Amino acid sequence: MNVFDILGPIMVGPSSSHTAGAARIAFVARQILGEDVTSAKILLHGSFAQTYKGHGTDKALIGGLLGMYPDDDRIRDSFKYAKEKSLEYSFEPTDLGDVHPNTVKLILTGVSGKNIEITGCSIGGGNIKIINIDGIPVDFAGNNPTLILPHKNQPGVIADVTKILADKNINIGTMKVFRTDKTDYSIMVLETDELIDDATINKLSALDSIIKTMLIKPL
Amino acid sequence: MSYYTKIDQLVKAATDENISIGELTLKEEALNSGKSEEECYARMEKQLTVMEQGILEGLNSTAKSPSGLTGGDAVRLHTYAQKKTIGGKTIVNAIAAAIAVSEVNANMGRIVAAPTAGSCGIMPGAIISIMNEYNIDRKKTVLALFTSSAIGLVISTNATVAGAEGGCQAECGAASAMCAAALVEMFDGTPAQVAQAAALSLKNLLGLACDPVAGLVEVPCVKRNGFCAAHSIAAADMALAGVESVIPPDEVIDAMYRIGKEMPVSIKETAMGGLATSPTGKAYAKKILG
Ligand code: SF4
Repeated sequence: MNVFDILGPIMVGPSSSHTAGAARIAFVARQILGEDVTSAKILLHGSFAQTYKGHGTDKALIGGLLGMYPDDDRIRDSFKYAKEKSLEYSFEPTDLGDVHPNTVKLILTGVSGKNIEITGCSIGGGNIKIINIDGIPVDFAGNNPTLILPHKNQPGVIADVTKILADKNINIGTMKVFRTDKTDYSIMVLETDELIDDATINKLSALDSIIKTMLIKPL
Repeated sequence: MSYYTKIDQLVKAATDENISIGELTLKEEALNSGKSEEECYARMEKQLTVMEQGILEGLNSTAKSPSGLTGGDAVRLHTYAQKKTIGGKTIVNAIAAAIAVSEVNANMGRIVAAPTAGSCGIMPGAIISIMNEYNIDRKKTVLALFTSSAIGLVISTNATVAGAEGGCQAECGAASAMCAAALVEMFDGTPAQVAQAAALSLKNLLGLACDPVAGLVEVPCVKRNGFCAAHSIAAADMALAGVESVIPPDEVIDAMYRIGKEMPVSIKETAMGGLATSPTGKAYAKKILG
């Protein structure tokens, strides 16, 4: 905690969890997709499902998908901007099971045809947690530069990745590997102290074992 | 990384160093974050500016919120404040400014969570009105916001500032404590008086329910922000007069936490009790949420 966690953040209202947090989840999801979103199917769970209209959760999510920060007062008119950018979207209240009451699942398609499914929760005070990517349970907040690397289940992947980062003097803050029985690949999530440059991203992408390289730059 | 986790320690440290709690907190924040004092100060000043913009926006708009539940009262009060009022210009202006910011929040405008969005009008309403009314130095006001944060940090460490966890005594209670503390510092009160203002302010809001209609941060929240701005001014005046809380500040915070735990979930931001389940409250919820 610091002073600005208690007095702050600057955000658009009315609710840090239902508006600012929602914008943030969508903002992070767009970064993970890595390109402009052209279509979004948005599944709302729990309190999000019940109160999304009154809290402007819907406008906040669309704003975030368009790359607006949680303090951007264009969020109020985000539906208009979505039209300008030809972003198509739909909202559906749903039951995502035993998850936080403020949870949303975003099924996204990008301009180049990339698809991704991301589930995130707004856990209070505008803070968020991403809990699922393409069916694999994950757990990270996106407060730090974060590398998300779906990779083949084979020996040596972690060593290869950490070596590339070490060569660039990039310090790893936390690192977790997520896997399920249902997929033949895992997801490695690394939070780093420094921002990661394009050259490093290209090197990582070139690794045979890495399926995709996704990067979150913190707000 | 550390900050003061008890009001007692905060008062002692500031008193020993012969500086204000705001100055102490700015120094600590710089140390903890590894940033310069100038950077931390600038970030806080930006928040003061956003608060000022919020008041201006709210005082110049009669727009209703998307739900239609709130909007227009800030202008109503501001107009009324120009005439003869019972509470006097200072109080009525503070109420108007607080409601202005809360209306902006309800209408998806830009605000500073202080400490939450639901309670975002209290501090700007009272602090900025008093700053303008008494020509208080901007620097002093920014430092007073650091004082507020120090109080808020202690509250969130030992209790909570979330309505879902502690009811509205946690949200608007914390905001009012933070606000009263800042006001005392702006009026050159001692660190001990700052702490007393926080205690007095919070103590009088103990047990306050969080029962918003339709689960939206509007009813009773927007008007409550106005009330709490006036309430904080009263607490600050009491502390400056030398009035002391019989129960020490840290114990009041602890009591708030225990009361919050004992409060039923129906009045902790679930919209399952109180005003939310009044016949009119339910009718609005049905109309708004479908
Ligand atoms: S009643 Fe509840 S939602 Fe409204 S300000 Fe208080 S804590 Fe926040």
